[in-house]
Amino acid sequence: MKRVLVLVMLLSSLGSKAQTRISGKILDTKGKPLGGVSITLKNTYDGSTTDSLGNFSFTTTEKGKQVVEASIIGYRPFEEEVSLTSSALTLSISLKELVTELKAVVISAGAFVASDKNKGAVLNAIDIVTTPSANGDVTSAFKTLPGTQQVGESEGLFVRGGSATESKIYMDGNLVNNFFYSSTPGIATRGRFNPFLFKGTVFSSGGYSALYGQALSSALILESKDLPDRTEADLAISVIGLGGGIQHLAKNKKSSWGISYNYTNLWLAFKFNKYKQDFYEIPAYHQGDANFRIKTKTGGIIKYYGYISANKTGFRNPDIDSAVLKDAFAIENLNTYQNINWKDNLGNGWRIITGISYSTNKDDILNELEDANNQKQVITNPSFYAFKNFTLNNRAQYAQARVVLEKKMNGLNTLRFGSDYFYSNERSTYTLYDGSKFSETVKDNMESVFAEADIYLTNSLAAKVGSRLEHSDVISKWNIAPRLSVAYKFADNSQASFAYGLFYQNPERKYLPTTASLDYSRAAHYILQYQKLSSQHTFRIEAFYKKYSDLYKTSVNITGRETAVNNNGFGDAKGVEIFWRDKKTFKNVDYWISYSYLDTKRDFLNYPQAITPSFAANHTAALVVKKFVLPWKTGFNLSYNFATGRPYYRIAYDNTQSKYVISDAGKTINYNSMSFSINYLPNLGKTNPKVFTVWVLGINNVLGQNQVFNYNYSNDGNRKVAITPPSKRFIFIGCFLSFGIDRTQDAINNNL
Amino acid sequence: MKKFMLIIVVIFLATNSFAQSDKYIAAMKSNIAAIDTSYKNPANLLTLANNFERIATAEKNQWLAYYYAALCQVNYTYMEQDKSKVDAIADKATALINKADSLQPNNSEISCIKSMIASAHMMVNPMQRYMEYGPESASNIEAAMQQDPTNPRPELLKGEGLKYTPEQFGGGCATAKPVLQSSLDKFNNFKPASEIHPNWGKHRVEKLLGECK
Repeated sequence: MKRVLVLVMLLSSLGSKAQTRISGKILDTKGKPLGGVSITLKNTYDGSTTDSLGNFSFTTTEKGKQVVEASIIGYRPFEEEVSLTSSALTLSISLKELVTELKAVVISAGAFVASDKNKGAVLNAIDIVTTPSANGDVTSAFKTLPGTQQVGESEGLFVRGGSATESKIYMDGNLVNNFFYSSTPGIATRGRFNPFLFKGTVFSSGGYSALYGQALSSALILESKDLPDRTEADLAISVIGLGGGIQHLAKNKKSSWGISYNYTNLWLAFKFNKYKQDFYEIPAYHQGDANFRIKTKTGGIIKYYGYISANKTGFRNPDIDSAVLKDAFAIENLNTYQNINWKDNLGNGWRIITGISYSTNKDDILNELEDANNQKQVITNPSFYAFKNFTLNNRAQYAQARVVLEKKMNGLNTLRFGSDYFYSNERSTYTLYDGSKFSETVKDNMESVFAEADIYLTNSLAAKVGSRLEHSDVISKWNIAPRLSVAYKFADNSQASFAYGLFYQNPERKYLPTTASLDYSRAAHYILQYQKLSSQHTFRIEAFYKKYSDLYKTSVNITGRETAVNNNGFGDAKGVEIFWRDKKTFKNVDYWISYSYLDTKRDFLNYPQAITPSFAANHTAALVVKKFVLPWKTGFNLSYNFATGRPYYRIAYDNTQSKYVISDAGKTINYNSMSFSINYLPNLGKTNPKVFTVWVLGINNVLGQNQVFNYNYSNDGNRKVAITPPSKRFIFIGCFLSFGIDRTQDAINNNL
Repeated sequence: MKKFMLIIVVIFLATNSFAQSDKYIAAMKSNIAAIDTSYKNPANLLTLANNFERIATAEKNQWLAYYYAALCQVNYTYMEQDKSKVDAIADKATALINKADSLQPNNSEISCIKSMIASAHMMVNPMQRYMEYGPESASNIEAAMQQDPTNPRPELLKGEGLKYTPEQFGGGCATAKPVLQSSLDKFNNFKPASEIHPNWGKHRVEKLLGECK
């Protein structure tokens, strides 16, 4: 009897080895067979991988209730309970494609992304510093992309018929006031920040996200770097100054700190390059910055960036109204900027992105009328001469706090909402030739709340829907700004996008305070884009229409100041833009071409009627070519910028008609500029070099082509003087050294 | 009789559990043997990766199963023609090797795979990604060498990397050869810990050395 039992046990153990065949087919939701899918009987060795026709077949000795799993990268895993008997089982499985960043359509209307990581990036970080016409200036590199104007007489980005004040710049979500060095008449200043601070940039020429506001035309969104790869010291020596810094990465690679100092002095550059202005105070800049970055346990990061800069410059131009007199302009600037922000995962798909920034700006401007011997002259008859002697002292403080919460839903669907608060206090004191002072303070508190959702219906269809609500004390009204972008991906991976948005903006500080009751100025954007991206090519074409309403009109008030008086201004802009980048056709050559057509008219400020503003050219084009010659360890970069002539006007107040009139107008010559740069990297390829050196030679306007940006008129309007670049060419020679402290050994020790 | 019963039961259980272990070894052996013949066919490599992952998931604490699953996945990335797919596959390999790593920390063979994964990410766009993944790949090779100085594979990876690096960047046969030679010397003395422990790469190093003559 007992033996029988043993026999039964042995038999049952053998019996269980009888096999069941499981076979079937795996398709995606569109009925296309999926190859390479792993199909598994859960917690057993038994399973198979589908062939290219989606078929699979395997046998198992398991019995009873089991779970069949199917999985492949990019699809939602599948599980089904089956009951195994010895009869064959046929399964037909359908897998749903996951919406993943890799496959999904990119919502790109209006935006140019410069990043090393981001899919859909048009430029990468190094492009910004190797574009010769940019001279290492963050925003200038974007002037080789469509939508921007080649404005050389003042700083900023003039986008799609908008003025520079309609473009705002954000660093890690916080608005940066005074992004550029303070304006000087007729000379465009540079951006304050080193392009190497940023790992990614989004340049939006319209239709940007509801997370940002107060810019009628464009947002430039800069994201600072996370932890550095290693501890490093840098030294820069060039014709324009000296600089050095250190970035220290903690041994555990969880935190870093850095400091740097730069001294810029154009004394040497002035020896090389002939300048139109007579610089009696050679431009000199002290600039220091500090940062720390800490990785949190939950995969977040805290970043601090602090900046201080002091600079001064002074120059003389011949006075436009007289044959012998001169106009002297001097400015001293002190600027500080601090930004701390924290990004972290809160669990459950929630993320927080929050930051505070504080900045101050101090400008002391002196303008003097001088005689041939550079002695101050006060001439009261005719009286307009007297107003050429003045000082202007500006003091400003800005603070911002911002919090954004983000919830990742299934797939890439994301909900984002938050709020920001912006405080500004700007005081200006204007002192006339006779010592009379006009002091004015403009304070503003601006609150906004915003929400935005990224909705991915499939990998080929996505939308970003958002809205922003803003309240500014200056206007003391609420505005509501809806934003929408939709993107659709075609079977050949090209995609089409559409964007729409309403954008509001306050009056410029210089036209405030005013007694008039004002509303926000407003722009509506409509953008259509087609884009085809591959790793070697980028092609995009974009058409836009932008409608401006409630633009500010200005008038001279009783104290002689031009202030905003009403919202009766209006305008529109339309155009087509093309961008083509090709890294393949010519071996080791990377080039891009952009072309913009713009048709715009507006009536704003003191314009007597709707006219094409002086900052808008009809046709703008740029070509950038880069070639790296590996055996020479040298990169050659060339850029050519072209724009058709821009209109210029003399707008003067006509006392008999008691209104502004255009008493003279014309069009400048076409703008042509070719720039060239060479980067030589002698240590390239050396394993663990102690010093990594980059030599840079850059020449702007190599061909010395004549450039006229605009015209200045004499008081009586009888004489006009061309505004041209301060020097015909600019030659830059520099050497950048970085001393890496190799941490390979630390990395090994940490792994052991 | 009770004793007899007990013995029978014990034997029964023991054979079953031995059978379990035999089954593991046998499954591993047959799949490992298949790796050598699958280099020319990416689809087979994916099948093997899936087989190893299935074994790993069922066994739960066998690092070698995860190791081979990751090895097959990372080798699969090298054969993938569509570069846009590489990152996702390499991420899959990372998930697998991290599981092996948690079962068997500080293992030289695991560090080799980590280096190969970093290289796979780098090869998607070498010019842009060199700064990020180059050091990661190199430091894992260094770690692998230190974790087991007798392991010939870290030097195989290092030598292979050097051979395909342009001479201007400090690569080429001249610099690769001594490293590959040292790897071959180690292969000649290498005894895997068991028949299912890693023992691949000798043919590769011989082939590379042959190309560098």
